[in-house]
Amino acid sequence: MKTSPTSSSNPAIFIRNVLLKAFILLAAINLCFAAIHPINWLGQLSLYNHFFPGRIRLPFGERPDLAYNLSLDNLPAMFASHQIHTSGQTSSEFKVILIGDSSVWGYLLTPAQTLSGQMNQANLRLADGRPIRFYNLGYPTISLTKDVFILRQALHYQPDLIIWLTTLEAFPIEKQLASPILQDNPSAVRAMIQALDLPLDVNDIRFKHTSFWSETILGQRRALADLLRLQIYGILWAATGVDQYYPSTFEPPQHDLDADDTFYNQRPPSLIMDELAFPIPQAGIELAGKTPVLLVNEPIYISDGQNSDIRYNFFYPRWAYDEYRQILQTSSQEHGWAYLDAWDLIPASEFTNSAIHLSPQATTLLADKILASVSEMAVSLEKNK
Amino acid sequence: MDLTFIAIFSLTALVVGQFSKGRNWLLLMSSILAVYAVQPATPIRGLDYWLPTLTLGLTILVWAVNRQVGEDYQKQDFYTLAVVAGAVLLIGLNRYIEPICCLTPSRPPVWPQVAVGLAVLALLVVCFMRWGIGSKWGPVGFIVVLLTLFIVLKSPSLAQAASAVLRRLTGQQAALASALDIRWLGFSYVAFRLIHTLRDRMAGRLASVTLQEMIIYVIFFPAFSAGPIDRLPRFTQDLRKPFKLGWEGFWNGGQRIGLGIFKKFVLADSLALASLNDVNAGQVAHSGWLWVLVYIYALRLYFDFSGYTDIAVGLGQWMGFKLPENFDHPYLKPNLTQFWNSWHITLAQWFRAYFFNPLTRWLRSRPEPIPMWAVILVGQVGTMLLIGLWHGLNWNFVLWGLWHAAGLFIHNRWNELVQPRLQPLTAKPWAAAVLAGAGTLLTFHYVTLGWVWFALSSPSLSWNSLLLLAGVR
Repeated sequence: MKTSPTSSSNPAIFIRNVLLKAFILLAAINLCFAAIHPINWLGQLSLYNHFFPGRIRLPFGERPDLAYNLSLDNLPAMFASHQIHTSGQTSSEFKVILIGDSSVWGYLLTPAQTLSGQMNQANLRLADGRPIRFYNLGYPTISLTKDVFILRQALHYQPDLIIWLTTLEAFPIEKQLASPILQDNPSAVRAMIQALDLPLDVNDIRFKHTSFWSETILGQRRALADLLRLQIYGILWAATGVDQYYPSTFEPPQHDLDADDTFYNQRPPSLIMDELAFPIPQAGIELAGKTPVLLVNEPIYISDGQNSDIRYNFFYPRWAYDEYRQILQTSSQEHGWAYLDAWDLIPASEFTNSAIHLSPQATTLLADKILASVSEMAVSLEKNK
Repeated sequence: MDLTFIAIFSLTALVVGQFSKGRNWLLLMSSILAVYAVQPATPIRGLDYWLPTLTLGLTILVWAVNRQVGEDYQKQDFYTLAVVAGAVLLIGLNRYIEPICCLTPSRPPVWPQVAVGLAVLALLVVCFMRWGIGSKWGPVGFIVVLLTLFIVLKSPSLAQAASAVLRRLTGQQAALASALDIRWLGFSYVAFRLIHTLRDRMAGRLASVTLQEMIIYVIFFPAFSAGPIDRLPRFTQDLRKPFKLGWEGFWNGGQRIGLGIFKKFVLADSLALASLNDVNAGQVAHSGWLWVLVYIYALRLYFDFSGYTDIAVGLGQWMGFKLPENFDHPYLKPNLTQFWNSWHITLAQWFRAYFFNPLTRWLRSRPEPIPMWAVILVGQVGTMLLIGLWHGLNWNFVLWGLWHAAGLFIHNRWNELVQPRLQPLTAKPWAAAVLAGAGTLLTFHYVTLGWVWFALSSPSLSWNSLLLLAGVR
């Protein structure tokens, strides 16, 4: 067998053949990869929950080198790295999932300080002795559609209860597809829009353009590298328990506000319903089917600074937010949703770097409030079984 | 050196390898361009132009003082001077050629500064070429200059002070000076090569080389930034041999480059994500996981450095150079002495030739006898301290050097006192195999624990990490 140019009668031909075969193999593997599209399947191959403990929140990281965490767009890989992945479909626990934005994910909070972390510390149990276990499936970026996208995947894990925290900022139609995780998963999100009949444009220009070539190994090299990096960062996650970069200083929420009464170009006196995604909570709750959903209007920073008579905070003019609360309350009553309005639960001093990010102490307050509702719902669910 | 540079260097090597005639001129030009191109940007204005220029200037000056009485200049030396001066001037004036500006990472200085700088260098070169020949103190002076530069660059406080001076000279704020401002890429290796020629010249061992050969040797682009540290006589042998790249050389060199790229950019860069550093060392709570991070660091360091060596050796092969190897399965060696014969081999050989051997020779030739074990101890402590300090002037590198000196000394004593008594046992193949296996494991872990001093920046952090690794914290 010829294995090197020296053992070949013509080294030039030997090298030409090697290069030719390498090229053909490379082309064939790339074409097969594009045809099979195995990236989501590959995402499910994970060292988490086997060699490393599962992550307590979904992977997200702006400073991977310091957070030992990164943002990626492969939802199966994100879930495979999460502790929910091994929770299986057992009935040994009452499984509660939390979905929502960065305030649920726990921006600037350690895993133990997050809402789910603190709720788990309460060690709630059902009457039959089963523990109530809370799973953090919040993900930074504010969009109801993003929440539903994550909920769709989470339903594979058969939760017993869903807690969906939201705020008005998640409702504008133009915000719905602004989340990178939605833009980077165009086919899955388009399918979801059509299946749930969401009021969104499947041809939105923000969707990532895909082609046959972008589905090859070369085109997917970044996504593949992200999968590898997620596994490698698992070592540091296991070793340190750190999954977020905590800056030493940060800007508190804006206290003195502009004298601006607009909300996404909407002016008083009334919100324009066509520009808000009010059908999406209903679609999400219908998607959950028999699994009960507790909808929570999350706490917001209420400023008492300049122009606070016009606005509550950087996000919201008073008129728009007040009307939003009223609509949500009415919708919940009409549809029979379990609804908890916690908008003014937290004092202004307990917000960290945004009008929705809570301090650990404030998170405790919110956790206690939600736990009371959860206990009631769990008891009634058990009775109805 | 990133993948773009490796691609450019590979193409250059392939072109150079095709020219049997004129190969040295091509090598000279490509190496000069590479020195400027790979120099990283610095916050001090124009410094990324002046540092490579100084590298070339120092090389020419050292070549001049290395010449012995009776060695005549050749025409080619003057052509080389003209080519170097022309190239340096053109790279400087590149500032004014807008579409192709600039080879250096930032714009070179304005032309009057370039002209004055080059005039000063030219004056120095003329003086040394005219009056430096056969000088007894010239080589000593240059060794002092190189060591001083080395100490300034490796010492954070001195580097910061030097940066402040340079900032004042360029009209920048001295208060913003930082020790990281002066990043002179490749200086360490340039200094090793220059000191090697100066010491050999002082010992009368240096054969005559042309200026062209000297410059190519010092700034040979595959080995410029990360070694290996070749010897001038060996290098010039390859340089003077006629060469044309054949298919076999292409295949062998290509395999070596491919292996190096895989080691560096796939293995080392992936391992780097989870290897020990100052931040994670303070965050790890369990001994087992800290061991994992330390193992990863050890492997990452090996793949990173040996990957670069593979690339350099492969590129060298494409141009007809058999560069010395730097690594020979170091983590599989059964004792620390063999480890140091197979880890960064050319650096260890350099220190052995120019520090350890002269020092131990001097100690043994003292009129009052010094016990052999003391000679070895002093030699090993001194050598390992210098190797440590070469990485940076701080306590952690001192402790890392002492760690290895202690290990080498213990191994030396073991060889002297214990090994002979084990002779009957080691005659049995199975016992020899067990001892060799145990030795390899022990050596690997001793070296790996030593990396804790090397990887971290403070003795207290390293000590705490070692305690955690030992399970006592």
